[in-house]
Amino acid sequence: MKWGLIFLGLSNFLFAADAQFTGKRDLNVSAIIMFLIFVAATLGITYWAAKRTKTAKDFYTAGGGITGFQNGLAIAGDYMSAASFLGISGLVYLKGFDGLIYSIGFLVGWPIILFLIAEQLRNLGKYTFADVASYRLKQTPIRTLAAFGSLATVALYLIAQMVGAGQLIQILFGLPYEWAVVMVGVLMILYVTFGGMLATTWVQIIKAILLLSGASFMAFMIMYKVGFSFESLFSQAVDIKKTSAILAPGGLVSDPISAISLGIALMFGTAGLPHILMRFFTVSDAKEARKSVFFATGFIGYFYILTFIIGFGAIVLLSSDPQYLDVVKGGIIGGGNMAAIHTSHAIGGSIFLGFISAVAFATILAVVSGLTLAGASAVSHDLYANVIARGKVDEMTEMKVSKYATIALGIVAIILGIAFEKQNIAFMVGLAFAIAASANFPILILSMFWSKLTTRGAVWGGSFGLLTAIVLVILSKAVWVDVLGNKTAIYAYGNPAIFSVLFAFVGIWFFSITDKSDDAKKEMEAYEHQYIRSQTGIGAEGAVGH
Amino acid sequence: MSQNIYDRVKVNPKFQELVQKRGRFALILSIIMLVVYYSFILVIAFSPSTFAQKIGNGVTTLGIPVGLSIIIIAFVLTGIYTQRANGEFDELTNQIKEESRSAE
Repeated sequence: MKWGLIFLGLSNFLFAADAQFTGKRDLNVSAIIMFLIFVAATLGITYWAAKRTKTAKDFYTAGGGITGFQNGLAIAGDYMSAASFLGISGLVYLKGFDGLIYSIGFLVGWPIILFLIAEQLRNLGKYTFADVASYRLKQTPIRTLAAFGSLATVALYLIAQMVGAGQLIQILFGLPYEWAVVMVGVLMILYVTFGGMLATTWVQIIKAILLLSGASFMAFMIMYKVGFSFESLFSQAVDIKKTSAILAPGGLVSDPISAISLGIALMFGTAGLPHILMRFFTVSDAKEARKSVFFATGFIGYFYILTFIIGFGAIVLLSSDPQYLDVVKGGIIGGGNMAAIHTSHAIGGSIFLGFISAVAFATILAVVSGLTLAGASAVSHDLYANVIARGKVDEMTEMKVSKYATIALGIVAIILGIAFEKQNIAFMVGLAFAIAASANFPILILSMFWSKLTTRGAVWGGSFGLLTAIVLVILSKAVWVDVLGNKTAIYAYGNPAIFSVLFAFVGIWFFSITDKSDDAKKEMEAYEHQYIRSQTGIGAEGAVGH
Repeated sequence: MSQNIYDRVKVNPKFQELVQKRGRFALILSIIMLVVYYSFILVIAFSPSTFAQKIGNGVTTLGIPVGLSIIIIAFVLTGIYTQRANGEFDELTNQIKEESRSAE
């Protein structure tokens, strides 16, 4: 496989040779070499991990032996996607301060996750967040709903990542879009099927270290060039942009409802993303789970400060250098999302550009692997083992199913990635967060903290939240106008979360308190047992089945 | 895990102490984070000019140090919680586990 990829890389090399004549970037040999080194190293890790992945527990949770520090890096890695690296530095480059508003929204969900759910999740769960949500409720309906919520979130996120990967690689490596998508798909299938969570975690950790080091170096060089003075960085940027508006809140967050709605989606959405929640089962106990969030928050916060500096650095370094400017369209070549990439060239020449390009590609690979594993777990652990087989399944069969599910998801991701090439997919990550916030999160948190939650309440309320989120996204500008071509949006606010999350909670509350069945009574009585376990971890050690 | 252990934990006053202390602590920290974040968002939504004010004689606006401080506050709050939960609260949890086991 390794040779096949090198061959792929080489042929890509030849193919890309003519790309420079079509106005794309020059072929970047160093980028390709560094990327191949990364691929070889990660395949080596996968081989190592495959030998250690024998049981279902190994496959889903890396045997539960990841430390808090490692998990913190891996969580940060999952969160620092190529979209957030290139997207947020690009947003800062274009809009200045507004980029910071976004990063802060993405970050503040983390402390809340730590205070409210991290240790409870670790104490109650086994492999997926549905383990927690269905702890004392009926397995079939709750797991089906949770698996559906997980798969919807994963699929939307995955498509966005695949399309981003294809477009990015096209620009960076000169490789045709379809090839890039297929390559990402094949590599992620290999990592996940053979190496399971252990390989996925280490790929993520390595990439997080590479990304943080690369971004740190960029920010350091930018600060060096401006004499380590923020004032000087900002004043040069203001001189270039000829307006000080970039240092103040702009049009990004215009009305209070949109602002609060975005805040809710980012905060609760983070706490409902299946690939992130799954990481809490890879550590040994609540202590390590807390440390994971502490380190993750630190790394993510640090990373956002770096992207802020890089965005302003891009204004200062790129705007006066014709080699980065697009004379026809105005602005920089490739648009705002390329700001960080061009800045890396301005700082460290083609070698460093190669490094950052390779890291950006590695980032996509690592993130899609985590997503695929979460999606495959929802299929094999929730749908197959607990719904279809009703818990009567041996580990080996369950693992086999998860591997088939990984391959199937990978193929679907490749096909959708190619199908959505020319589509406007800007709404997809927003929708993924909205579904996570409105369907997954309310059920999860209420199952932990509200004794009166019943299966009926969770199913009705969760479905309500899910539907409201989908309908409002379809009626919002991102789909109704930008995709479907209507003139004005029916739903005027950017994000559905303020309504869909509220509907979900009200729905769950109403259908739970009106549930007078005997089963509901049993479910409420079972809360005490669950509560003691969630608070103390008694019964959670070794993650024994329940 | 036998039901007995859960019954013993339930009546252990230390369990109530743990749940109350940790619950209150988590709630206070959550409220601090939410108030800080939503104040920031509401100022942006209702009074963006507040953050556009320049500090000192330069171009740097008030919004920038405020924004960066929120990132640091988020990190510090997770540190404060982890410190106390991994120390004091885990100590209490271990005592509860020990007592419910030794009574068996």
